[in-house]
Formats: sequence, C-alpha cells, structure tokens
Amino acid sequence: MLDSASMIARVEEILDAHKGMEGALLPILHAVQAEFGHVPEAALPVIAEALVITKAEAAGVMSFYHDFREKPAGRHVLKLCRAESCKSVGADALADHARGKLGLDWHETSKDGAVTLEPIFCLGLCACGPAALVDGKLVGRLDAAKLDAIIGGLK
Amino acid sequence: MTLKIYLPLDSAAVALGADEVAAAVLAEAKARGVAVELIRNGSRGMVWLEPLAEVVTQAGRMAFGPMEPSDVAGLFGDLAKHPKALGLTEELPWMKGQTRLTFARVGVVDPLSLADYVAHGGLEGLKRAVTMTAPEMVAEVTNSGLRGRGGAGFPTGIKWKTVSEAKGDRKYIVCNADEGDSATFADRMLMEGDPLTLIEGMAIAGLACGAEKGFVYIRSEYPVAIAVMQAALDVARAGGILGDVLGSGRHFDMEVRVGAGAYVCGEETSLLNSLEGKRGIVRAKPPLPALEGFMGKPTVVNNVISLASVPVIFAKGAEFYKGFGLGRSRGTIPLQIAGNVKFGGLYEVAFGLSLGDIVDKIGGGTLTGRPVKAVQVGGPLGAYFPRSLFDTPFGYEEFAGKEGLIGHAGLTVFDDSADMLGMARFAMEFCAIESCGKCTPCRIGAVRGVETVDRIARGDAEAKPLLIDLCQTMKSGSLCALGGFTPYPVMSALTHFPDDFAAKEAAE
Repeated sequence: MLDSASMIARVEEILDAHKGMEGALLPILHAVQAEFGHVPEAALPVIAEALVITKAEAAGVMSFYHDFREKPAGRHVLKLCRAESCKSVGADALADHARGKLGLDWHETSKDGAVTLEPIFCLGLCACGPAALVDGKLVGRLDAAKLDAIIGGLK
Repeated sequence: MTLKIYLPLDSAAVALGADEVAAAVLAEAKARGVAVELIRNGSRGMVWLEPLAEVVTQAGRMAFGPMEPSDVAGLFGDLAKHPKALGLTEELPWMKGQTRLTFARVGVVDPLSLADYVAHGGLEGLKRAVTMTAPEMVAEVTNSGLRGRGGAGFPTGIKWKTVSEAKGDRKYIVCNADEGDSATFADRMLMEGDPLTLIEGMAIAGLACGAEKGFVYIRSEYPVAIAVMQAALDVARAGGILGDVLGSGRHFDMEVRVGAGAYVCGEETSLLNSLEGKRGIVRAKPPLPALEGFMGKPTVVNNVISLASVPVIFAKGAEFYKGFGLGRSRGTIPLQIAGNVKFGGLYEVAFGLSLGDIVDKIGGGTLTGRPVKAVQVGGPLGAYFPRSLFDTPFGYEEFAGKEGLIGHAGLTVFDDSADMLGMARFAMEFCAIESCGKCTPCRIGAVRGVETVDRIARGDAEAKPLLIDLCQTMKSGSLCALGGFTPYPVMSALTHFPDDFAAKEAAE
C-alpha cells in the first residue's frame, strides 16, 4: 500500500501533466484510477484545489460515473454485458450462472479479493454476444463452459 | 515472395480470437522461414465469420473464416483446399449487396497507413473542401441531405450553418462517439478500421464552421477504438491533415477524450458537460449547443457516422450522395444487425430496405433457427417491432410513423423465447440506472415503471393503464431522449405483444 505522501506526490504529477487542458477533470480521474486502481479519497481535495473547484464538486463528478471506484477492485474484474443484444442470446442465464458460481452479486468482490463481478451495458460486440470483458480482454460468444474456464483462471 | 495477410484488430474479431490467430500466423511463418506481412485491419463487417483472415493473391484478397489458430498452417499451403476458404472477399454476397460509401475503406486498408488511405480515395474530400468558402462547404452538406446518424436525424447542414454563422472567439467540433446503444457498433468499427476518415470529416467541419479545435468523446467501453484513434491523430498530424490543414493556412486540431461509463453522456448536452469535467447532467435547450455548447462557445455536436460521411460527400459531390435513399432519408445507412441472428454484422446500404428483408434476407433469421418474435430497432430506446410490421421501409419518417425510430440503425433480433414483459421491465430498469437525475419524469418515472411492470407480472390488472399513463408522462415531460424514449420499447412491447403481459395475469 502506497503511503499517503507519495500518493499525493503522484497525484500532483498527474495534475501537472494536465495543466492547461480544457475540462480536465475526467482525464485526471482516469489517470489517477489507472495509477492506483481507484480514486483515493485523499486525492480529491488535491485535485479540487488544482482545478479551483470544491471537493464536493469533485466528489460529485466522481460518483456520477460508473467507472470511478472509491475502493480498489478485486485482483480480477469480470464484466458481463447485460444489454439487449446479449440478452437475446442468453446473457441473463449466463449472468445467473456466473453469480451462482462466484457466489457474488453485481458489484461485489469475492472474500479472497480475487474477483469483482460487474455489469456492463454494451461492449459493441452485439453481433457476437454474449460478451464479457475480463481484465480488459474482450470475449465474445460466451457460453457456460467458456465462462467456467474463465472463472477458474481468476485466482 | 512475402505472404501478405490481413487479420482484423476490430474488437469483435479480437473477442473471437483474432489476436491468438495473429500470433499463430507469426509463429507459423517463423517456423517455415517464410516472410509474412501481417496487417491488422478493420472488420469487413461479417461478424459471424470473424476472425476473418484475408490472403492477398493475384486474383484478389481471398477470405478465410472463422479462423482458429489450428487453421493457420493451411494459409501457407494450397489456399483453394483450405477448409475455411470462402473465396474472394469482394465476391461474397454480403459484400456485393452493399453500397459502401462511409465504410468504403473499413476492412480494406491498414487503419494507420496514410499512404493506404490516400490510395483508396482518402483526402479527396478535404482537398476539395480547402478550395471552397465556408458557406459553400455548409451548402454542400445541406444539399447532400445528410441527417444526424446518431439517432435524432437533425439535418447536419443546418447545424453547421448555425455554428458557422454564430459569433464566438472560439468554436468547437465535438464528435459524439459515446455509442452506448445495444446493437450498435458502427462508430466503433469506423474508428477502429478507418479512423482517418473521421479525422478528415472533422477537419472539414472545422473549416466549414470556423472551429479550430475538435474533440472525439469515446466511451471507455471501447479500448481498441480509443487506442486506434489516438494513434491516428499522430498519423494525421504528421500527414498535414491536422494542424495547418493541407497547408491551407487554416488550422484545425483535435483530441480524444474518454467517457466514464455513463450512458446518458451520449445525449449531446450531457456529453458537453462531461467534456467540461462536470457530472453528465442534461442541459435544458435552448440555448442550443450550436450557439452555446462546449465552454459556452458555438459547438457542432455530430455523431461519428455523420462526420465520417462528410469526406465522401465532398469527394463525390452532394448530388451523388443524395442520389441514394428514400423520401427525406438520403444517402446510405450502416445497418448493424445484431442479437439472435444468423448473419450478424455491419451492412451499409441506401435507406429504404424493408425491415423484413433486413432481418430475414440479409440477417438470415435467428441464430437459434427459431421464429423471429421481435426486432428492437434503434437501441435501448427503440421500439420492438413484431413480424406484422416487417414491411416498414428503413427511413426516419417511416419508422416514426410506426411509433418507432431508427436511432443509430442497430437492430436486435429476438426469437420466440423472448419474454417481452421482461424486456419492458429491463427498459425501465436501464433508464433508472442511467438517468442523470435532472428531470422528474425520468428519475422517478423509471423507478415507478419497474414497479408497475412488476405489478402487471403479478396479475394486477389496474397496473396496465397506469403504465400507459406513466409512459405518456415520461414521453412528453422528460428533458431528453433517455426518459423521453424509454416509453418506446415499453409501449411497443405492451402494444404488439399483449400475450406476454396477459399470460402472466392468467398464470396467477
């Protein structure tokens, strides 16, 4: 775990890299999350001060968007598409299968910290669903066997 | 002799194993001591054949698919005997039936090769544009009949004219690449397969409107498109498309911005707030973004496909483009055929095909082989069409006339196992999750909608008129299309598939 002084130092480097950018808050939040796996609460006042907005505004923006996390996710993130095209080819049954197999509901992380299960609404893989995103890797034509193999590999 | 092989970097191809096939190609070439040039191109749009490899032969590009790593060795032998051989790509029925104007280069070229781009007609539009005055450029777009391909169908030329004539020390071109609708992937395919076309279209928009800065707002769910667009910006700058545009003395440059998982940011005013670093809350209109958009400055907000259709309009002329289509829907539309369908993918064609021809003839019916029950046209905010409406021609007004919309031209096919009450409930649930919260009909209505559908499912007969009333309120009282159009899937499910709502009552 990073100590807070070096975390703040890194956040300040990110802020420097975004100086002068119009509407920089989302790019900054993305960069902070890419660095730490989440947006640490202690980073928000630093970001807010640099952008001359209140901490409440920064927190409000962060909480609006599904992508930004307050806490780190599990070691692996399994995102299953829940949108219509994937539903038309059995995404609901697959989602139930995954939830049962992992013992997790949406947005939950397994007790050993291995997997976070999340819904996603469309990866643009609508002609080869059901689709999933496993730690950033796209998967199409998912079925129960493929899903079991994927889940088995998430340690 | 070097063996030249094309294999898509397109997300759909990658999701079906294209990277593994690519690795196998390189390994096989090395083992055989054969020189191979592997080009990662966009997808030809035949998703059921992905990963689709193409080998360059004297007769043309030969297609093979769907490829698995074990099929790779055969590409180094007698091609005609390869078990996955499909023939020449350009001769495949799916390709021959299309009119590819916007997608002419997608799947054909190396997405990041400017030389390839120019060799296939790229930059011809921009070269013509730099010789024209701004009003001439705006008139060209107006005359082409191009309408917003994002869904609203607003005439692109009128939007450009407003921005072009607006006073402002700075103006902006914003490309809406927040393609969040299920069944749509045309923006993604275009950005992954031919990003320079979008850049050229935005540069033309910049010259026509007097804007020197552009943004492409891409959803975070599209990592491949983001990476390709970023790389393409460098290619475009080095090639003189961006910066001092083709040495014309007029400047335009642009940036890629990444969304953060909010569906509502596909709505233009919400997108502008997000670009400004705010919550993606919808703005009331007026003021129009064309007058007070990004940072309060005059701003064009156009969809990817609208902007990517601009180069061909300038290269071949407004009259050429306008010559395709029907009624007030001019030009071509990239249909995205998705869901439970045998032949899914992207099919660019002039407006006017009937829904039935698209689903049955081009799509080949359902993947499961069961009867088609419903087709949702236009994404999560689009109506469910039953077979009885399959004669509806594909056009903006034609679909509006049937209480539907073409949206971004995505079609999700469902077989007879679909539960339409469940789909109506999902539409409300999705709206509740994604509502920005600014207006009451959407914020509260969607939650009440889920509850009301649940009451119908439990057999509460009084809930049905309540749902209809709620839909009317949401439709007329919401600030934007999220709350305003969620009633389309709900009402169409209820109207066209009453048995799915009645059967549950009887079962109670």
